[in-house]
Amino acid sequence: MSRVLAAMSGGVDSAVAAALAVEAGHEVTGVHMALSRTPGTLRTGSRGCCTVEDAFDARRVCDLLGIPYYVWDLSEDFLDDVVLDFLAEYAAGRTPNPCLRCNEKIKFAALLDRAVALGFDAVATGHYARLIDGTLYRGVDLAKDQSYVLAVLTSEQLAHSMFPLGGLTKPQVREQAARRGFAVAGKPDSYDICFIPDGDTHGYLVDKLGSRPGPVVDVTTGETLAEHDGFFAYTIGQRKGLRLERPAPDGRPRYVLGIEPVTGTVTVGPASGLDVRMVVADRVVFPGGRRPDFPLRVQAQLRAHGGTVGGSADLVDATLRLSPDSPTRGVAPGQTLVLYGGAGLDETAAGPSADQFVIAAGTIVRTG
Amino acid sequence: MTYLDHAATTPVLPAVIAAMSQAMTLTGNASSLHTSGRAARRRVEESREAIAAALGARPSEVVFTSGGTESDNLAVAGIYRARVAADPRRTRILAPAIEHHAVLDVIEHLVAAEGAAVTWLEVDDFGRVHADTLAAAIAENPADVALVTVMWANNEVGTVNPVRELAEVAHTHGLPFHTDAVQALGQLPVDFTHCGADALTVTGHKVGGPTGAGLLLARRDTPITPVLFGGNQERAIRSGTLDVAGIVGLAVAVQDAVDHRAERAASLAALRDELIRAVRVRVPDVALTGDPGAGLMDGGPSRLPGNAHLRFPGCEGDSLLMLLDAAGIECSTGSACTAGVARPSHVLLAMGLSENAARASLRFSLGHTSTASDVTAVADAIGPAVQRSRRAALAGARWR
Repeated sequence: MSRVLAAMSGGVDSAVAAALAVEAGHEVTGVHMALSRTPGTLRTGSRGCCTVEDAFDARRVCDLLGIPYYVWDLSEDFLDDVVLDFLAEYAAGRTPNPCLRCNEKIKFAALLDRAVALGFDAVATGHYARLIDGTLYRGVDLAKDQSYVLAVLTSEQLAHSMFPLGGLTKPQVREQAARRGFAVAGKPDSYDICFIPDGDTHGYLVDKLGSRPGPVVDVTTGETLAEHDGFFAYTIGQRKGLRLERPAPDGRPRYVLGIEPVTGTVTVGPASGLDVRMVVADRVVFPGGRRPDFPLRVQAQLRAHGGTVGGSADLVDATLRLSPDSPTRGVAPGQTLVLYGGAGLDETAAGPSADQFVIAAGTIVRTG
Repeated sequence: MTYLDHAATTPVLPAVIAAMSQAMTLTGNASSLHTSGRAARRRVEESREAIAAALGARPSEVVFTSGGTESDNLAVAGIYRARVAADPRRTRILAPAIEHHAVLDVIEHLVAAEGAAVTWLEVDDFGRVHADTLAAAIAENPADVALVTVMWANNEVGTVNPVRELAEVAHTHGLPFHTDAVQALGQLPVDFTHCGADALTVTGHKVGGPTGAGLLLARRDTPITPVLFGGNQERAIRSGTLDVAGIVGLAVAVQDAVDHRAERAASLAALRDELIRAVRVRVPDVALTGDPGAGLMDGGPSRLPGNAHLRFPGCEGDSLLMLLDAAGIECSTGSACTAGVARPSHVLLAMGLSENAARASLRFSLGHTSTASDVTAVADAIGPAVQRSRRAALAGARWR
């Protein structure tokens, strides 16, 4: 038995994770993280974490489990390390993943460190991933697998982590919640960014970063096609909402190909310009603590949902270099590149599978 | 279990449970004219008389309410509205920032919604309001003051205010004076007539009575506009069917609190001092917040005898509370908040403490069930808890 701190968002996943930790015989304490000083400024309603209602839901689950429940104020850390980082990344023309940053800096750092100092052995969360002998595997429910957003954790962080849901599917988790009488059994999943209440990321960025007009330039002709009110409203690969009045000479749709934050230039061009044949990432971590021999065959994942591709990877001057088997799209600096190992990676068509495990992760700095 | 949170609520006295259980077997609305109604009315009036006698008030000055929050709201909003109705210039409320939220928040509501103004009375480093501070605030413009409200003893740090002197200052200008005596009752000599207040708040559950039963003592000549309207019970100041069993239980508790006040205050003070001493042995740099308690105020101690508000430098009160809770010791960090997010106490900030010092606080509050073994339990648990809490605070700082 160990002393486990269950991080409870108020959702169904962390509720069942806490229940499983209790049933495994651990001494469990439920902690809800308050991530905003003014509850209600984060997402309201039943969609996500961090509202007064969610704190209440988490408390009721702890009541049913008969475990202590506390709210910890991590709002300062969250503001500094997640919200301001999110804004700074966008302002620099990159595309951050705030959930991943929250895991790296809040759940498995500020929260975990405090927990360990207070005498806890581990933090349990409702992530869909599995830890086997210190190696991080995909969750068996590939539709919910969250190993990607945990891949930046160091072996030290993973050593104090528990993911009780890794072997379950989402329907099984809901069924377990219902069987235990948790009111959150039917609570909707959260998809959006928790500190953007209405899901309007563009509006949020314009509001926080201000209007920063710049040109939208055609990559082939060099011609300025339009003015935009802020380059951070654009994402590489974006097609809709470009507000281009003149069609391309060839009549083909145009996509965002590049963002240059210093001049505020957004370049657009044909779909072929999106093809990426090389991805370079730095800030490399090896979550299992084991550094494999490079180069090697990998399954690479470039986004939290989807974006998987087979390829070969190399480690050059502490940067990861991925050569996808076929050109891939929708890759932007700031995103995280996660490399998975496992069986069957020699077949070019191989997709994600539950026996894949994280071998390395890094932050994408450029593509080619 | 070591329960050291009597300032939050107290274990109900067996005599209260017995009296209420008996009262609940009887039917009768105290406003009904038939036999059962008259019997219920009799129980209410006997309770009212007992309470009045215990608190140095007249029975007609006792207005039953649902507790401290309602009494504070009724006093502040009710007196404010009556005073403004009589003279629209009287819009200023005088109060210290160390008041309970039941007073602070109704004042803020009156400011936001009804055009009230407020002058926050400064407190000293112990959290005490001085008579000359009040006099100076009134002197700014005596004609525009609606009322003065100053709590008898502070619920967080235990500092006792010179209520009689403050009431006198208010009265020299003909101003009504309200005091929240929720924490004072049972630990200090509370006498309505003697203290000179025009209105005084009491609640049952802080003195071994039921939660949801309280009262406002209000002089007959104190103007109060009702907050609740309906059946015109309680001099038409507070409508609503009287909670006979609650009132019966409240009377037993108030009587017990007053009857045993002197010897309980002495034994609580001795236990409290022993607790502080024992903690200081384990944690030499611990600091006591508020009045040291050696002085006298209106015939009672200058600090609530059951209150030990301690600051543990380098700790976070939150984590100390959790560690002590796990060790079977129940105490408080200060005032709780709806979402459970701990904010630094407004009382401590008003006393001039920094946010960090305020966060490093724990309140142990002793009461009628406290014993020497409670003190021993704290002495055994506090050292390791403080060590861990300090490590946790450092771990937190790493990520800032």
